[in-house]
Amino acid sequence: MVVFEKPKSLTQKEFHYCPGCTHGIIHRLVAEAIDTLGIEGSAIGVAPVGCAVMAYDYFTCDMVEAAHGRAPAVATGIKRSLPECVVFTYQGDGDLASIGMAETVHAATRNENITVIFVNNAIYGMTGGQMAPTSLPGQVTQTSPYGRDVKTAGYPVKVAELLSALDGPSYIARVAVNNVKHVLEAKKVIQKAFENQIRGKGFSLVEVVSACPTNWGMTPQKALDWVEEKMIPYYPLGVFRDKTAEEVQA
Amino acid sequence: MGNKVLMKGNEAIAEAAIRAGCRHYFGYPITPQTEVAAYMAKRMPKIGGVFLQAESEIAAINMVYGVAGTGRRVMTSSSSPGVSLKQEGISYIAGSDLPCLIVDVQRGGPGLGGIQPSQSDYFQATKGGGHGDYHLIVLAPSSVQEMADLTALAFELAEKYRMPAMLLADGTIGQMMEPVELAEPQEPKFEEKPWAVTGTKCKREHHIVNSLYLAPDELEKKNFERYERYHTIEQTEARYESFMMDDAEYCVVAFGIAARVSKNAVVAARKKGIKVGLIRPITLWPFPKAALEKAAAQVKGFLSVELSMGQMIEDVRLATHDARKVELCCRTGGMIMSPDEVLAAIEKLTGGEK
Amino acid sequence: MTTQILIAGFGGQGILFAGKFLANKGLMEGRQLSWLPSYGPEMRGGTANCSVVLSDEPVGSPIVNNPDVLIAMNLPSLDKYEDAVVPGGTIFVDSTLIERKVGRTDVKVFYVPATKLAQQNELGNLANMVMVGKVIRECAPVAQEGLEDAVRSVVSAKHANMFDINLKAIQIGLELN
Repeated sequence: MVVFEKPKSLTQKEFHYCPGCTHGIIHRLVAEAIDTLGIEGSAIGVAPVGCAVMAYDYFTCDMVEAAHGRAPAVATGIKRSLPECVVFTYQGDGDLASIGMAETVHAATRNENITVIFVNNAIYGMTGGQMAPTSLPGQVTQTSPYGRDVKTAGYPVKVAELLSALDGPSYIARVAVNNVKHVLEAKKVIQKAFENQIRGKGFSLVEVVSACPTNWGMTPQKALDWVEEKMIPYYPLGVFRDKTAEEVQA
Repeated sequence: MGNKVLMKGNEAIAEAAIRAGCRHYFGYPITPQTEVAAYMAKRMPKIGGVFLQAESEIAAINMVYGVAGTGRRVMTSSSSPGVSLKQEGISYIAGSDLPCLIVDVQRGGPGLGGIQPSQSDYFQATKGGGHGDYHLIVLAPSSVQEMADLTALAFELAEKYRMPAMLLADGTIGQMMEPVELAEPQEPKFEEKPWAVTGTKCKREHHIVNSLYLAPDELEKKNFERYERYHTIEQTEARYESFMMDDAEYCVVAFGIAARVSKNAVVAARKKGIKVGLIRPITLWPFPKAALEKAAAQVKGFLSVELSMGQMIEDVRLATHDARKVELCCRTGGMIMSPDEVLAAIEKLTGGEK
Repeated sequence: MTTQILIAGFGGQGILFAGKFLANKGLMEGRQLSWLPSYGPEMRGGTANCSVVLSDEPVGSPIVNNPDVLIAMNLPSLDKYEDAVVPGGTIFVDSTLIERKVGRTDVKVFYVPATKLAQQNELGNLANMVMVGKVIRECAPVAQEGLEDAVRSVVSAKHANMFDINLKAIQIGLELN
């Protein structure tokens, strides 16, 4: 018999996320990694500003709510103060790749020993569907009503590729959660991003390509298809940097 | 006399912070406070502390927020334009009821301004430079000795009241050297705070460090609680120095370097037979209202001496209920008044009266 | 007694160091004192100045607007500060670098060929300390006893070889008629 249980590292509080939103899946994957690694008592999470702002209510570990974009800096402070703790941030695309780009790049280049979960759904969800730094060319949003025009709004930021150009970071990967196969793959990658920290390997970032049916104006199923057909071709999945693998080879 | 050493004001801040058990410093270079960062960069690695040159002042204050959340002593330092950048983080730290120390070695503004000494961040420091209902404890050193002493006091008060404290210095006090007697070094105290995030060890409910309250009644309650604490602080923590006030008929009010210059002027005025004294606020928030109110019953007028276009003067007026005339003697943009200028302003205030 | 000293010249002439020496000497004598440098980009190759106040009472303003003693190490400094010196004060002029004479008649003036003396005695650019020696001789803002200890306190252990030549430079100034 298969018993469906909530991971221990999630509180009993019901998620506030919209139907079909993939934050719930990603929260669960993070919690499962914490459970599997037995780090619930030493984990400290940093919540972003964005849809996941109240992540602090959902994880049973100690949590800090950061200002918009500043989670990697806050996590840096926590980790430097408590190196024995496992510190992670959970951030959206506006938070991490727009307002917080400096904090992201510099935490990565310092190879700060933290884990970053980066949820890329190509839109600002909390404020009601504005253009994100990762919105696709031509994507219609509240602030790109005629479709993202790359001539005036520029191109989407490919975070995993961008950070992989740095010498600092230890582990950079991109996963998706639009089907079972991808979710299982994402689970492994997220767990590895935590393991790296426990082993002192440094900065690990997992970009999770996600869906936002509400603000994309789609049914949940349609949104998952859109991830497959539009998002993944622009944001290819894979491991972009893995210093631990390089070590094994060497 | 104890064991005095000659130190720059900025170095005295850094050494005093280390001696007070601070082992975490985050900063970004900016004149005229860079010596604080340089001193920390040299010393922290040798004593098992953390020095980190952040990518920006914004990142630095958020690193401070992170450490403060774990319940340990932490500080950052900057100068005026850099402190403007930190305001968002300061508001979050205040809103999350966390202690920390922020040092502002002021320079002229607005904008990029200049690099010479100024006191024009008074409003920003004392009225809440970031958004929302909050205050900082603001201490204003006027000597290198006070740079050291008030740094230690700032940590203590910040922790006592769970709020950020600011040392509001200026380029002169930061750059000058004077003999200073340093406190005995304290080992860092790492006792577990009942609110800090340190990992639950699976033995307690999780702690949340947060300033978000979407229910307005909850946020209002939080702010009311905070202001009750502020009220206690206003009643008990105001500090000031009184100089030649016993028989004074006029009162100069000045802090920091302006108070040093004013002292010379007060002494010169006394030599001319003018009965003038000086009240030097040491805490700018809480402002020593009671002392000023008492002085208002004694003197005929006040002179606010400031390196700004006149900011503290508003608090002098409020504290004295405008019961006496309050005049301004000011220089700005990095200029400093001479004792003669202050003396002339005293003479104007007294109308040649002796 | 309070002595307000202003030392001014080019960056690189050891203006701040000369002030630091006097401040350290004052500290050793248990005096009240302050040392305040000019700071900022003008320090690199531009003009530098340094205010030193030595007193038997707590020092009020550390900014020397009207010096009792002015040490002028270049012409722009003499031009700028000559009029600020208090009546009855003293001006020390590095006469190797400044050709003109002081115009004021209500101050004492010493013309010291400090830069030339430093070069002749192979003291590098220690004209500043020659001037300091002369100031101590004429105005005694600090005592002549214990100069060695004061030099030791400002010469870092890394540059211990600087001890002898600094002391020698001061001695030259002290013995100068």
